[in-house]
Amino acid sequence: MAELFQALDQFPVTLKHWLMSHASGVLPEWALPLVSAALSISPILAVFPLMFALTTVIERKGLGRIQNRIGPNRVGIPLTDIRLYGFGQFIADGIKSLIKEDVVPRAADKVVHFLAPIALLIPVLLTYSVLPFGKNMVPLDLPQTGLLFFFAVGASTELSVFMAGWSSRNKYSLLGAMRAIAQMVSYEIPLILSSLTVVMIAGTLSLTAIVESQSGVHFGFLHNWHLFTPWGFVGFCLFLTAAAAEANRTPFDLPEAESEIIAGYFTEYSGFKFAIFFLAEYLGLFAMCGLGITLFLGGWLPPFSFLGFIPSWCWFLGKLSALIVLFIWLRGTLPRLRTDQLMGFAWKFLLPMTLINLVVAAVWHLLGGSLPPVLRWAFCFGMLAVPYWLLGRGFEAKFTKREYRFAN
Amino acid sequence: MLGTGILKGMVETAKNFAGSYTDPANRLTTVEYPEQRIASKENARQFPFLVHDTEDPMKGLRCVACQICEKECPPQCIYIVKSKDKRADYKGQMQFYPATFDIDLSVCMSCQICVEVCPFESIKMDTEFELSNTDRFGGLLVNKHQLAKSNDHYRKIHPTEAGVSDAALAVEVAKAQAKAKADVEAKAKAAAEAKAKAEAAAAAGTAPAPAVPAGPKPSSPAASPAAAPAA
Repeated sequence: MAELFQALDQFPVTLKHWLMSHASGVLPEWALPLVSAALSISPILAVFPLMFALTTVIERKGLGRIQNRIGPNRVGIPLTDIRLYGFGQFIADGIKSLIKEDVVPRAADKVVHFLAPIALLIPVLLTYSVLPFGKNMVPLDLPQTGLLFFFAVGASTELSVFMAGWSSRNKYSLLGAMRAIAQMVSYEIPLILSSLTVVMIAGTLSLTAIVESQSGVHFGFLHNWHLFTPWGFVGFCLFLTAAAAEANRTPFDLPEAESEIIAGYFTEYSGFKFAIFFLAEYLGLFAMCGLGITLFLGGWLPPFSFLGFIPSWCWFLGKLSALIVLFIWLRGTLPRLRTDQLMGFAWKFLLPMTLINLVVAAVWHLLGGSLPPVLRWAFCFGMLAVPYWLLGRGFEAKFTKREYRFAN
Repeated sequence: MLGTGILKGMVETAKNFAGSYTDPANRLTTVEYPEQRIASKENARQFPFLVHDTEDPMKGLRCVACQICEKECPPQCIYIVKSKDKRADYKGQMQFYPATFDIDLSVCMSCQICVEVCPFESIKMDTEFELSNTDRFGGLLVNKHQLAKSNDHYRKIHPTEAGVSDAALAVEVAKAQAKAKADVEAKAKAAAEAKAKAEAAAAAGTAPAPAVPAGPKPSSPAASPAAAPAA
């Protein structure tokens, strides 16, 4: 039984090795690295777009249930009565977007307009190359620069968003692009600063090493995830907030804001280009969630050591699904922020909190041997809770009776 | 504290989510439409129909082709051609009837003004809403055969309104009957009077006649002048 689970755990790796060992006899020497790269990429290209497709349906169904509706449940197998609970919807949507007319505005900068969706999708896919999906399952292991690569490549999506907004020659596109740039640049700082705490504690930028640094065990069963420390818990919450803003998710979906500026920077995109924007946006969210899992939720490690027999990639995908559900839940709950609220929240709350969190992580590290664990935990938590309370006072909703000066 | 509002909201949406599975009857506000339907509300209105009272819709149409609705219709979607001949309406009065009565479904805006202005209780609003059609030219022009629906249908979809309408018509019928009765009585009275007069006249002329042979002859010149002023 244990061998079976072990085999399942390492199945993608062993399959690739088996294929490579067969290919090495047939293919010329120079082709082997290319084949190896293609074999590493293909599962990513298969799994995550499929996950995106399922997420669109699950999101619509979940939002429906949150709003006391049934949600989509019609589309199944054509010409039969089999409905699959509506999970045929994404295939219909895909076919529709493939065969729809591609409209390009006459005044648009056609080259940039064409390149923008591609320039958005490629960096998003590149970020997946450094994420460890399971034990020994990382397409590109960068021992010195893993996290840096992720952020460097991820930041270039801002360029493509502005390419889309600028080249469309449309006021709504440009407004959306400007909002997107302002938002992404502002939230990149808390995003990076909140993940810096993990780098400080783990002492490495390699994402596989960061996962392994969380493999210790508390109380004999609980894994040593960074989430279970005060700085890790606060850091994870800050990271998720900033990640939602980076991925343009509600409540930070101002760049799209369909009730204000139609569809933001991709107003002038139709057909398959629109689908690519949609895909890139969701893949960006999944990559952010994957990074959050790697940094704070123990990557592919199980929460309890006795659950270690379940394959590691199942844990990664399970945690990813849980985070996606959380984001859908948030989308069903929160209304959209105003631009000044968005900026104020980033600069007056998230940035100070991440800086304080850095200090707390250092204190946590230095108190390592000198205090009993409970006291150390309580002290560090207090160091974060007090500034949270003080900083948060300014952002609480203030309900005062409105006075109408001229109407009375 | 900051964030408690978000948590409260998330608890609320989670309750909605779970409740939609555990308690769908009270939670879900929508139904799966083509299979399940919600009974239409009594005040619902969609498109007008013409009320008829008899078995044959065309014979019993209440419409008298007065064309008030045609003139009042804001988007001008009603087209009426008056008949050449007349026929008896529900209260027996001779009236025109619509030779053509068309409503353009694509133009009608369901404002109910035609219903408000109709003095004959003959056009009412229907609750039927599945009006889509595959023929966008002929199919959207609804003629009087398609528009005619029975008064029972009206009673079924708008019971309260139909009661008021029936009462108003009953008053009209009662009035007409009372008038007819009064007419009949007046006629009968007139006839009776005429008869009495005729009888009196006859009495003046003929009653003495048999009396002449019956009575004594010398009295007849006196009886004749006495009967003449009475007539």
